[in-house]
Order: sequence, then structure tokens, then C-alpha cells
Amino acid sequence: MGQAIAFYTLAAFILGFAVLVVSTKDTVHSVLFLVLDFLFVAALYVLLGAPFLAAIQVLVYAGGIVVLYLFVVMLVNLKRPPEAHQDPHRRTKLGFGLAVAVLLELGAIATYGMTRTGSPLVVPGTNGPLPGNTEQVGWLLYTSYLIPFEIASMLLLVAMIGAIVLAKREL
Amino acid sequence: MIDQFVIPLLKIVVVLNATLLGVTYMVLLERKVIAWAQSRLGPMRVGPYGILQPVADAVKLMIKEDITPVRADKWVFTAAPIISMVPALIVYAVIPFGPTIHLFGRPVSLYIADVNVGLLYIVSVASVGVYGIILAGYASNSKYPLLASLRASAQLISYEVAVTLTLVSVILMARSLSMVSIVNAQYNAGVWFAFVQPVAFVIFFIGGLAETNRAPFDLPEAEQELTGGFHTEYSGMRFALFFLAEYANMIVVSSVATTLFFGGWLRPFPNVAALHFLDVVPSWMWFLVKSFVFLYIFIWVRATLPRYRYDQLMRIGWKLLIPLAIANLVVTGIVKVLIG
Amino acid sequence: MLLSAALFIIGVIGVMVRRNIIIIFMSIELILNAVNINLVAFSAQLQNNVGQVFAIFVVAVAAAEAAVGLGIILAFYRNKETVNIDEMNLMKW
Repeated sequence: MGQAIAFYTLAAFILGFAVLVVSTKDTVHSVLFLVLDFLFVAALYVLLGAPFLAAIQVLVYAGGIVVLYLFVVMLVNLKRPPEAHQDPHRRTKLGFGLAVAVLLELGAIATYGMTRTGSPLVVPGTNGPLPGNTEQVGWLLYTSYLIPFEIASMLLLVAMIGAIVLAKREL
Repeated sequence: MIDQFVIPLLKIVVVLNATLLGVTYMVLLERKVIAWAQSRLGPMRVGPYGILQPVADAVKLMIKEDITPVRADKWVFTAAPIISMVPALIVYAVIPFGPTIHLFGRPVSLYIADVNVGLLYIVSVASVGVYGIILAGYASNSKYPLLASLRASAQLISYEVAVTLTLVSVILMARSLSMVSIVNAQYNAGVWFAFVQPVAFVIFFIGGLAETNRAPFDLPEAEQELTGGFHTEYSGMRFALFFLAEYANMIVVSSVATTLFFGGWLRPFPNVAALHFLDVVPSWMWFLVKSFVFLYIFIWVRATLPRYRYDQLMRIGWKLLIPLAIANLVVTGIVKVLIG
Repeated sequence: MLLSAALFIIGVIGVMVRRNIIIIFMSIELILNAVNINLVAFSAQLQNNVGQVFAIFVVAVAAAEAAVGLGIILAFYRNKETVNIDEMNLMKW
């Protein structure tokens, strides 16, 4: 019961902040709402029994990626509202329509899945965290999923070099 | 019921009060120690030997006029010092001051929470602390604080990498992420990790100096640089909050260094029975003494070394400390595999 | 799962409707987070840790993509002085 309450409050906050991220005019406020969103998602991970992933989320996402975004926003220094004029080629209503269609489709899949298996959709961590969660995740990472792990590190290396090359003033 | 809510609440109250008191007296301690290093006496007028100086400072800062720049972003301007202070305080939830002792017939553990990923929690909270600085510079809506805050935050995130890598080598030694287990591992090994991992400790300490914007890496807040850095436009209580946040960060780094590298609450040579007479000193007292030594070293370094230029600072962080930390990690890994 | 679907939708709306390219990137991060929530929820329900492992990979990939994407934005901004995606039409019709 307590878990359900916690889950619904967290879900409300996450969705609320997400809407704010997408709809705020000021870019810096948008980024700040994104940070708050990520922090609440990390809390959700703790509720779902993944404390290691929650810490990683805060460390990498909220503490690293969004700082990058904040840096870029400030360097670009968007003081004037960028949505100044409407481009005649842009079809805003079509975009909205497509998004609603995707939502309906997902909803249909979800209800279909619910009627088939009979398990509730929203499961706020029924059995609680597994013992030694970090250890088990680490074990899996290094044994069964070693190759994806190595490939991910190569990907990060390539991305680092690429970002530095792209952002240098003279090559 | 009592054990679940009342005792942790009491612990939180005690820890928070002790921290805030410690932080305000750190100001006095720093001024005194730097003064003695420079052959003068420091604050002597307020109270006997200047003991009441922090009270005077607090009163002064609280009655100062609270100025907000005209076109600054009001919410962000107010929130930035808070965002700076909160991470420094919530780290105390996982720092262990001592093992489980018996108070009033009840086993009380001298730490607020023993999270399974305690060390990772500390690092992630530290990375959130960068926001306070960035937002402070941005919200001031003027050129100099913005540039200074960008430089300061770049410094912080660079040294975060080096510090995190040294922490990984400590985790390798202790085989666990929880802070209490790390201290217990030092007890079982019979030796403090600082002697087994001296390179990691040195890198951690230097990184800690840079992370808290302390000398010799205090370019962001030096008065001669960029007219006062990222807190130029702050006055009164908000300025006080920034400074308190910096000192609180210092105490956090000292406590973490004590726990990870110097045995937390263990007395020297905990396994040697011949030194049992040292047990009369309670465990949390050992912890406080060791943290205090580190705080003193922080102030000592500030009084002694000149300031680094920004490019020298970044060069040290990226080209010197990170390769050293990685090398240390690799060597630790190899030794662990060979010796087990 | 409903939560992650709703978050996904919000992200998609953000990508399609806003014109500021940085906000578009942030909406992409929202979408990735929605996927992560889904993975972790399933991992908790089925008591299988593979979901969390995959979520870690998603976080790593998102970090790489954000870094490169922001580098591209910066390089573009230096040349064209705009972040309005409607004005970024170097590939002339």
C-alpha cells in the first residue's frame, strides 16, 4: 500500500516535470526541470529495487549529461525567444496528431496485454530488491554480457573523440 | 516503531546540528590557523581569544541587505545557494561515525543509514553539487559571474573523474560499496587503506582540494580574478550559504577520506591486542580526531601554497591525475588477482 | 508500464512540436528514460537482472549520443548563429 502511494506520487511528479520540460519557453528552466525529472526517475529505480542503477542514473544522467546541456545552453545564450516565427512548412497539428495516434496504439497494446496475461500493468516492485543487487548486476555484466560491455566502452571512446573533434575551433 | 522513526530522526538532528556548528567554527579556525602561519594572531576581539567571532559574522551577514539583481532569474537566483548547500549536508546520511554501540539499553548504530551503494551515492551527490555553481553564475545575469561559474564547474567535473577512479581502487580493496563494509574491511585487513594505496589517497586528497574550490585550486572564488567569481552578485545570507556550503564540502571530503583511507572509527592498529588500552577513547572520537587532522591539512595547504592558473589546473587534472588514477587502478587489479 | 508509455509520448510530442534543437535533444533523453523505466519495471516484475544490465547500456549509449549531438550543435551554432531548427536547412531543397 505504501509502495503504491509512493509510486503514484513519483509517477505524477515525473510526468508533470516532463510536460514542463517540453512546454517551457525558457530553455534554462527546461533543463532544470529535466534534472528534477531525472532525480525523480532515480527515486523510482530505488523503489523498483535497482539501487545501483539509481546511483548510476544520478551520476551519469543528472550529474553529467544535463550539466553538458546546461553548458551548451549557456554558451549559446538564448536570450531571445527562439520560437519567434512560424515556419509555413511545419505542420504542428500533424505532429500532435501523430503523437496521439502513437499513444492510442500503445494503449491498445497495453490493454491487449493486460487481458491476455491477467497481470497488473503497474507493478511497483512486488518482491522488493534482490540481495546484493550491485553484485549480481556486476556479475552479469562481466560474464554473460562481456562483449556488449566492451563494445559500449569502445562506443564511449569514439564518442569522446568525436565530440572533441567536433567542438574544437580549429582542427 | 521507535527504532524505525524516532532514532533515525534523532540521529539526523544530531548530525545536522553538529555539522552546522562545525561549519561555522571552521570559519574561525581557518582565520586563526592562517593567521598563526603568517605570524599574527587572527580574530582576538570578540570573546576570549576570538571564540565568539562566528556569532558576530553570522549576525553581520544576516542583517545585511539582500540585493537581487534587476533582471536576474528570481527563482534560480534564490535556489542556487540552496542547491549548493543541500548535497553537502545529505552526504552525511551514509558516513559512519562509529559501529553499533549500546545507549540506554538499546543498540544504536552510529550512522544514519547503511546503504548498499553508499560510496556511489556520495559520488553522485557530489556531481549534483556542481549545479549550484552553474546556476549561481547564470542567475546573476551578468558577464563575469557567468564566465567564472563556467570555469568553476568545468574544474569540478574534471576532478570528479580522477576522484571517482581512486574510489574504484578502494572498492577493489574492500569488495563492497557500503561505507560500513569498507571500514570493516580495513579492520579485517588489519591495516588502513592509506598505507596500501598511498597513490590513491594522494590523488583523492588533491582532487578533494579541487572539488571544494580550495587553495591552491581556488581560482573560481579568488577576489582578484573576475571580480569575485560566481558569487559576485550575492550578498547577505545567500553569500553566507555559499561559504557554508564550501566549508561543509570540506568537512565531507575529510570525513570520506577518513572513512575510506584511514580506518573510519578504528583506533590505530585495531588488531594488535597489546594496544587495547587505547580503547578507552570512544570510536566516534577517533573519527572526529582524524577528520580534524584532514581539515587542518586543508587549511595548512591554503596558507602555504600559491594559486594555480586555470590552464595549469586543468592540465593537472586531466593529464596528470587521471592517468595516475588509472594506472593505480590497473596495478591494484593485477595485485588483487595475483595475491587475492 | 503506463508511466513509461506516457513519458514516451511526452518525449515524442516534444521532439515533434518544439523548434529549439536543444529542447528536441532533451526530449530524446526523455524518451530514452521512458525506455529505461520500462526495462527496470520488467526486471523487477520478472525478478531477472538482465533488464537492469540493459538499462545501464542504454544510459551509456545515451551519454555518448548526447555528447556527440551537443558537439554537432555547437559546431553548427558557430557557423549559423541559430538554434532554431527551421533555419537549419543547409541542404537546400
